[in-house]
Amino acid sequence: MIEVKDLYKSYAKGKVNALNGITFSVEDGEVFGVIGPDGAGKSSLFRILASLLLPDSGVAVMNGHDVVKDYRKVRQIIGYMPGRFSLYQDLSVEENLTFFATLFNTSIEENYHLIKDIYQQIEPFKKRRAGALSGGMKQKLALSCALIHKPEILILDEPTTGVDPVSRKEFWDMLGRLKEQGITILVSTAYMDEASRCDRIALIREGEFIASDTPQGIIDSYSGILWSVEGDRMSAMLTALRDHSAVKTSFAFGDKIHIAVADGLQAGELKQYLAKKEFSDVRIAPIKPTVEDCFMALTNE
Amino acid sequence: MSTRVIEVTDLTKKFGNFTAVDHITFDVEEGEIFGFLGANGAGKTTAMQMLCGISMPTAGAGTVAGYDIIRENELIKRNIGYMSQKFSLYEDLRVWENIRLFGGIYGLTDKVIATKTDALLERLNFREERNTMVKYLPLGWKQKLAFSVAIFHEPKIVFLDEPTGGVDPAMRRQFWEMIYEAADQGITVFVTTHYMDEAEYCNRVSIMVDGRIDALDTPAELRRQFNADSMDEVFRQLARKAKRGD
Repeated sequence: MIEVKDLYKSYAKGKVNALNGITFSVEDGEVFGVIGPDGAGKSSLFRILASLLLPDSGVAVMNGHDVVKDYRKVRQIIGYMPGRFSLYQDLSVEENLTFFATLFNTSIEENYHLIKDIYQQIEPFKKRRAGALSGGMKQKLALSCALIHKPEILILDEPTTGVDPVSRKEFWDMLGRLKEQGITILVSTAYMDEASRCDRIALIREGEFIASDTPQGIIDSYSGILWSVEGDRMSAMLTALRDHSAVKTSFAFGDKIHIAVADGLQAGELKQYLAKKEFSDVRIAPIKPTVEDCFMALTNE
Repeated sequence: MSTRVIEVTDLTKKFGNFTAVDHITFDVEEGEIFGFLGANGAGKTTAMQMLCGISMPTAGAGTVAGYDIIRENELIKRNIGYMSQKFSLYEDLRVWENIRLFGGIYGLTDKVIATKTDALLERLNFREERNTMVKYLPLGWKQKLAFSVAIFHEPKIVFLDEPTGGVDPAMRRQFWEMIYEAADQGITVFVTTHYMDEAEYCNRVSIMVDGRIDALDTPAELRRQFNADSMDEVFRQLARKAKRGD
């Protein structure tokens, strides 16, 4: 279990507040996602939990061990995958893995079953230098290295940044299988669509959790009325919608526009308004929000 | 009549016996927003390096911004704009110093740079940040500035390599509004992204698989062709065919 209370962290002599009082807990075997843009404080939080950075104040306890007082113990029970590729570029795939196994007094053979599923995909290239691997393979090696000492808690800092949608899905499938083995997983991402793969999520912005719940709970607590609008000349329509007094926000969502509207506005009324501005063949439908809609609504408040 | 800002035929790049880019042929029209998609390892970066004049093709031919990819690659470099999420501005230089540096690199005179800098800071509402070190700017501001600097010398075409990775959802949309503005001014935009909703904002999209361009059309037409509800689904259908390991 991860228990975090009132964590604060600032840089540059207090000029930059990275964390402004973060409190949350993660149950054993849970996948907990911290979701928010770059610069929101995700990496600072994770580095504190990995005992690599001291908080200014507050407490963090990993499976009963305090990250400041018991940092040696914490380091034994966690696996940490930092945001930037952290392996030894000049060592081969196999050498990197052996190195991390040795640090924890174990061997690849002893814990092979833990990493088998992931490591098998890169094993054909085990003699290749880590620096010469493609992005997806580096990611699999880094995850194997973080797992080789059989951690109880896995901390993954933006494992899918810069990764294409198909590889991202594969990565989350791998995490799902690790969860089944009982590993507690704390993972951060800037991709809102990955929220649904977590048991619970926290939305982070400017060092604060602006919401924390199950993905469905976050969606259910959206209080506005949301419609999707489709038609031709989408970019011009986006501006036209913003000019309507009953439209609170208007954002592009792929081939549709999502608008939050005031109570009482009728779809027919909006269609007429758009028709006057020469938008024809407009389709309007009420929709359920996505986590991204919720994030934008919360940051707009 | 429209003019073509990119026109390439059978562009190919081999590293030893590995074909990173395999005979790609396509055109991009002036003022178009062209999305260049593909899985990691499909060959996007290599293709983009050839288009930007920093990597010589093994075979094939073409022009970018009116210059020949093989004979005039130095001229290409001078006549395009480039921005990526990984690198775009110098963090330890002030806002005006970054503009001055990139303006100078692209051969603008001090006088032109001074006039244009004032206009740019005015337009972005950045006047008070003129002397701010870039590392102290919020990420969204940095993105805006980076894009403005990339098109400061008014190139015919700007290459954007995953410009919105990790950016706040609202900022990401504001950034696309800047892209639209640039396109309206006639600047052609060539953009890579891993956000499939952003693929919808492009006029046309190409999808690379194993070094080839396996699909190229408007997002609506691609969705129709692949009988898919979203670009995400189109992408998945195509990427599944990939044979070469990532």
